[in-house]
Amino acid sequence: MANAYVKIARDGLWDNNGVFSMLLGMCPTMAMTTSATNGFGMGLATAAVMAASSLLVAAARNAITQEVRIPVFILIVAAMVTLVDLAMNAWMHELYKVLGLFIPLIVSNCLPLARLEAFAAKAPIVPALVDGLCMGIGFTIALTAIGAVREIAGSGTLFADASLLLGPSFRFMELRLLPADRGVLMMILPPGGFLVTGFLVVVKRLLDLRAGKEIQMSGAHAVA
Amino acid sequence: MKVRMLVHGAILGAFCLGFGIVLAVLDRVTADDIAARALEDRQNSLSQVLAGVGQDNNPAVDTVVVKNAEEREVVAYRARLQGKVTGVAYEIYGSGYAGEIRLMMGVDADGQVLGVRALAHHETPGLGDKIEEKKSDWIRRFTGRSLLDPLPERWKVKKDGGSFDQFAGATITPRAVVAAVRAGLEFFAAHKARLTETN
Repeated sequence: MANAYVKIARDGLWDNNGVFSMLLGMCPTMAMTTSATNGFGMGLATAAVMAASSLLVAAARNAITQEVRIPVFILIVAAMVTLVDLAMNAWMHELYKVLGLFIPLIVSNCLPLARLEAFAAKAPIVPALVDGLCMGIGFTIALTAIGAVREIAGSGTLFADASLLLGPSFRFMELRLLPADRGVLMMILPPGGFLVTGFLVVVKRLLDLRAGKEIQMSGAHAVA
Repeated sequence: MKVRMLVHGAILGAFCLGFGIVLAVLDRVTADDIAARALEDRQNSLSQVLAGVGQDNNPAVDTVVVKNAEEREVVAYRARLQGKVTGVAYEIYGSGYAGEIRLMMGVDADGQVLGVRALAHHETPGLGDKIEEKKSDWIRRFTGRSLLDPLPERWKVKKDGGSFDQFAGATITPRAVVAAVRAGLEFFAAHKARLTETN
């Protein structure tokens, strides 16, 4: 049983990573990775929505008939996004000012919907929760990595404004690696998002090849 | 077949009803906090553009609505000292490189700029976003200016023969902001009586 959870976690975090393996959720991936902090915040919000909606779908899976499952899934994801949006606006307002514009984008992210359809709808509550959480954390790692590369190359900083997101005690994370105005502007513009995402997909595949694994192409087909 | 369709409809309806109730409750619970945060944000931006004038009221709740030259309704926030208006703040709008730029500007009772701050814009990161106060001090150079300083024909960026610097690589954004501030001063001049009336 413990092995099953290890597999779920490995799938979500690395083997079947939502961004680098399945290439899902590209809209927030491109839009929100202009800095590592933005990517991290967007990833966390997505992870919260995915965990909550996976849990709900697994709990209600016997009440949802095959014919209406897609509208019900969309309803659940949209309701969770609205909950996160309202709660953040009221109680985490500084964070909301940074991310608020992008929270509604989670509804249009196909990764939560894909995991509900492929996993949570057929699984008991606990594995579904673990899957939603791990897929969300994998998404966070991917967005933070893309954001970090784009931010270093584009603005010369790393984790700028992290203290706005995580609180003043995280100011030590805010680094300036290159002098101001020396960055390659294109990297924080949309083309940089496509380039960096593409390069990091290649890096992940190379690492997998070196580790002697077969490259997984199954994820995208299983859920598409 | 008919019965099955009804069952599906009932299931979907039940989920909609359930989540509708949850969202309605949360909306109620958070409404006061969200309104309070929005008011804090407004007071925050008002205190930045109305800094330097004496005031003993709360400008965020002392408002008057006036139509600007484009027939758009503008909410003006007024700072008062013993009932007399000492400063007025209102939103101004510029047409930037990528859509509208919203700014808040404050002027004193004589029509001198107290401060300008960008509220929302979609300008290019690294180029046009130097209008944000935290990225560059460019936006501060309007402070103390008026319609007579510089004279109206010089209320332009240097590239167009005016007196305001553009910044490297971007002309459209500063041009839009300069034009918006100038329009803001003309708005104040045109509606001065209404904006500074004593209650």
